[in-house]
Amino acid sequence: MLKSLAIILMTSVLVNNYVLSKFLGICPFLGVSKKVDQATGMGIAVTFVMLLATAVTYPIQTFLLTPFGLEYLQTIVFILVIASLVQLVEIVLKRYLPALSRSLGVYLPLITTNCAVLGVTINNVTDGYNFVESMVSSLGCGLGFLLAMVLFAGVREKMENCNPPKAFRGLPLTLTAAAIVSLSFMGFAGIVDNLFA
Amino acid sequence: MNPVLFAICIVTGVGILCAVMLVVASKFMAVSVDQKESDLREALPGVNCGACGYSGCDEYAKALANGECQKTNLCIPGSDGVARQLANVLGVSAEDVIEQVAVVRCNGSCEVAKIKAEYDGIPSCAAAKQLYGGQYACQYGCLGFGDCAVVCPQDAICVQDGVARINTSKCIGCGLCAEQCPNGVIFLLADVHTVTVACSNQEKGGVARKQCAAACIGCKKCEKACPNDAIHVIDNLARIDYEKCTACGKCVGECPVHCIRHEDLSGYYRF
Repeated sequence: MLKSLAIILMTSVLVNNYVLSKFLGICPFLGVSKKVDQATGMGIAVTFVMLLATAVTYPIQTFLLTPFGLEYLQTIVFILVIASLVQLVEIVLKRYLPALSRSLGVYLPLITTNCAVLGVTINNVTDGYNFVESMVSSLGCGLGFLLAMVLFAGVREKMENCNPPKAFRGLPLTLTAAAIVSLSFMGFAGIVDNLFA
Repeated sequence: MNPVLFAICIVTGVGILCAVMLVVASKFMAVSVDQKESDLREALPGVNCGACGYSGCDEYAKALANGECQKTNLCIPGSDGVARQLANVLGVSAEDVIEQVAVVRCNGSCEVAKIKAEYDGIPSCAAAKQLYGGQYACQYGCLGFGDCAVVCPQDAICVQDGVARINTSKCIGCGLCAEQCPNGVIFLLADVHTVTVACSNQEKGGVARKQCAAACIGCKKCEKACPNDAIHVIDNLARIDYEKCTACGKCVGECPVHCIRHEDLSGYYRF
């Protein structure tokens, strides 16, 4: 049991990394990865929202959509629920934890309908995980996102100091770097099964 | 039941449930925002430059609102207009803002400054400074990699011929560049003054002259020319006492190396 959970966690962090091998959540990955501290903030916010979204969408899927044969409504219902949930969390944080709200503040509304968040909840259902497995999987995905963000922000901060040809400056260089970082994560394929063998 | 109708009902139901939840939450957990604070924040320019001494416009507005800070004239980019608006909101009398503009105390362009060694490292002043004080023979002047230009929120600085130049029509006087410069070449000048010494070299005349053709050689001609006793050579470098300087410009004509100059503040832009 524990071993399978550990495998799910490691798989979603390293092998099936949402940004680097599933190419979900690219928008914040490229947009908010200029500075390491901002990238960390964003990564933590995404992890938090992923966990919360899974905790809420899993019961909706199991007790509402599946029994009534409404699986085809999955996407629209999930978006609706996640968006309002994040709003609710924002209100609660503002009231009770203003410090946390200020540090997460900018990022929370940005990720209400982030495709990585939606992707995690839908993939959990498609993979047939139970509740605990779903939660572990979304924790792993969030951590994977955080890892990718922080690594890439580090790469970008280094790139600030180099002097590339004019045609490469800005987005072209960023995308090339993203491709190389992504390529390095390909090396993790197959490592997880042997890790816990 | 019609499956289409059923699906619509379910989604609507979920939507209404979420809406009710949000409405209840926003009613019960509303945070009262201070009207005064939001008015003050509204009046500030929102550059978040930190010239007021607070970490941003939000923080300054907050400090003003809760009485922690009494001064309404701290916003330098906002100038008198903003100070007046802030005073209006708080119901106190407005004080004038001492407007400032950043000035580069170096004239050592590529043609005049002697290069000690080619520097081929990270293109930043801070990095160059650590490697034997940069590429120029002069240890005091502009390093020319534009660390100041990077931090400038208004894009007012560009490096021309190896020296940072400030576009006074864009400069808001926030002082971020002055903090950034590893040699402290940039300083903030109250915009009522126009005469500056465009050199920071403190070496003795002969040495300074060898290091840079535009360096102040400490000849004291400006001292003698000044009718107000406002300019003095201290540590081999002419320095202006702005309390006494009347910007008459007599020293400007007298300087043999032309390192005293009139700053052109004519296009100085104000909010």
